[in-house]
Amino acid sequence: MEITTQEFKHCDLFKVKGRVDSATAPDFSKALEKANNDGRFKLAVDMSELEYMSSAGFRALLATQRNCKRYNRGELVLVSVPVRIREALELAGFTELFKTFDDPLEAVGSF
Amino acid sequence: MPKTTFPARFEFLDEIRDLVAQVARENSFTEKAIYSLQLAADEAASNIIEHAYEGISNATLDITCDMQGDTMVITMRDTGKPFDPSKVKQPNIKADLSDRQIGGLGVYLMRKLMDEVRYESNSKTGNLLTMIKRRG
Repeated sequence: MEITTQEFKHCDLFKVKGRVDSATAPDFSKALEKANNDGRFKLAVDMSELEYMSSAGFRALLATQRNCKRYNRGELVLVSVPVRIREALELAGFTELFKTFDDPLEAVGSF
Repeated sequence: MPKTTFPARFEFLDEIRDLVAQVARENSFTEKAIYSLQLAADEAASNIIEHAYEGISNATLDITCDMQGDTMVITMRDTGKPFDPSKVKQPNIKADLSDRQIGGLGVYLMRKLMDEVRYESNSKTGNLLTMIKRRG
């Protein structure tokens, strides 16, 4: 897994590539937590080059969404979710917990 | 297929998913089914590593992945603490954000993705998880 961050004025855009599983989810979590610890709660996660995500990654998304939405200070949104990952998120009932966008700039512009 | 033994560590989940995908691909499962099989195997192995072995570093996990007719049968054998997936409370997937449980999701996905998930624990031979998926 590889994760890069781009800071915009109103939000942070993360691009996560490769595979997020129990081995790599801690690093994914850490990157999201770091943004929160820096006082940034408007986050977009671009999944266009993500090949795989297990429930370990879903848990990181859920924990971060809770933290972001607390006190209405922000939100985590998902961008370009690949079909297989979207199906798994749907199965877990996660799709209604996250706004999704097809395009990173559209997501950035939504904040 | 003879059993393949993996170190019970998260770094080997990649190889476990590759093993399952290879057998599924050779047997003409759809891409959607291959992803489901990989995810179910990953969730099962992750639970064994996390809950049955609780981080014991030199533990191993034996996996077989075979076709029986048009059905794939994945077995995982470990010698850790008994961990019965059927005893895991089902998460409420309709709950609000604040009430969502963080745990139990892996087992829930395994049950949803596979046609059958069975678990046996034996004091002599250890724990055996069997997961079955028909090619459809």
